[in-house]
Amino acid sequence: MSDLVCDVLVIGAGPAGLAAARAAAESGQSVLVLDDNLRPGGQIWRDGPNVALPALAQQYRRAVEALSNVTLLNGVKIIACCGPQNILYEAATGSGVVNYQTLILCCGARELLLPFPGWTLPGVTGAGGLQAQIKQGLPIKGERVAIAGSGPLLMAVADSVIKAGGEVVRVAEQASAMHLAAFAGGLWRWPAKLRQSFTLLNRHYRPDSFVLEAIGEQRLTAIRLQTGTRVTTLACERLACGFGLVANVELAMLLGCRLSDDAVAVDENQQTSQPKIYAAGECTGIGGSELALTEGAIAGYVATDNQQRAKGLMRQRDKWRRFADAVAQAFALNPALKALAEPQTLVCRCEDVSLGQLNGFPDWTAAKLSSRCGMGACQGKICATAARHLLGWPLPAPRIPLTPVRVETLARLNDIETDE
Amino acid sequence: MSQKQNQLNVILNGESLWVPEGVSVAAAFSLSGEDSCRVSVSGQVRTPFCGMGVCQECRVTVNGLRRLACQTLCQPGMQIERTENE
Repeated sequence: MSDLVCDVLVIGAGPAGLAAARAAAESGQSVLVLDDNLRPGGQIWRDGPNVALPALAQQYRRAVEALSNVTLLNGVKIIACCGPQNILYEAATGSGVVNYQTLILCCGARELLLPFPGWTLPGVTGAGGLQAQIKQGLPIKGERVAIAGSGPLLMAVADSVIKAGGEVVRVAEQASAMHLAAFAGGLWRWPAKLRQSFTLLNRHYRPDSFVLEAIGEQRLTAIRLQTGTRVTTLACERLACGFGLVANVELAMLLGCRLSDDAVAVDENQQTSQPKIYAAGECTGIGGSELALTEGAIAGYVATDNQQRAKGLMRQRDKWRRFADAVAQAFALNPALKALAEPQTLVCRCEDVSLGQLNGFPDWTAAKLSSRCGMGACQGKICATAARHLLGWPLPAPRIPLTPVRVETLARLNDIETDE
Repeated sequence: MSQKQNQLNVILNGESLWVPEGVSVAAAFSLSGEDSCRVSVSGQVRTPFCGMGVCQECRVTVNGLRRLACQTLCQPGMQIERTENE
């Protein structure tokens, strides 16, 4: 791999990143898109051997491929910022530095994965985590799958499980029936979403319901569920459990961008608190693919001085932001979920640190120094995010390298720092 | 031969395994009948969890390099090994 130069660097090729690249490319400037995944599309438009991509996803992918001034590289991880307007990346075959004039962060979101007894058992995955694996060829034919957690994603996961030949035995949504009814009653304001909700309805869907425990010796055999005040046990081979999404903010934090509500803060032009750095899509707050497409396009236009086109999209952005607010309200997490983990439940899956070992510490840093929580391979992306939700601790500052890398890449970082 | 119609062959922990084209290394583990990718520091067996390159539970060795099984596509002749005790 080599060092690269571009006018506009877009990080992430999900809906926001593809829309940003398309919009920025209209200026004729050179646009480079770096994406962590194997193929463009982000999590929502993840492609794979048994996936029928939505028409809109195909349209965006083809449009970006056809642009001669856009280069898209997949399977690329961002490792560090190294000097002004330079970032270090690593790909399957090597590493390199990108020099850019303008940066658009479209880093997306990940699932909020909260600890509960048994969550480390084989057979238990994230909700979107199971969907992603199914799309990439995971065989689940004939398996009984329970889906739990929160958010509209659960219904999409159920749909993927059924299409792959799995049997959905339960969709347990923690939100209350009252909140869901209010949300459904307001869906007429976004007709496309109303239609989508009908296609995804599942007869095993239950509100006011969450997993208390995943049960099994070597792997998952059953779950214990609370639905309203009733507790039941349900046999299953898989549990897909995710409690909504959290913004990927590590790179933005490293670049000094201000956060607001644990997402990258942006102004009406999608500009962050740092000059020449824009952000769009889920990393600026969870809002879904329609909002991400609109924000991405606005960021791409503003970043290339096309204010007029950007202005024309702002009403559309407002409409999808209202939808995002309605989703956030309807699926707000029940405080009872904070009590699911027991003292012996592992919070840090990398270093096998239990919740009991974190008790009594005032913050993440103190807990980390004494217990090693967050010092493993995921660098706290799972456990620090969970601790933020469970204990209210502030998000820890990201550290370099942003993700585990090969020694050659680290050496490269050292060379760059020595040169400066 | 490591390729036939719509299938390709990989070596998983020394055993030959045919998988459909286009599947991830994580899927190959499941197709082999044993989906464990690593053993944790306290000896627990772990399998792919987040499915999107964040949690690192599926870190394995592919052709001598440390890779995430969920973010690596199977290629003909690929050598894949589980991670023991890390």
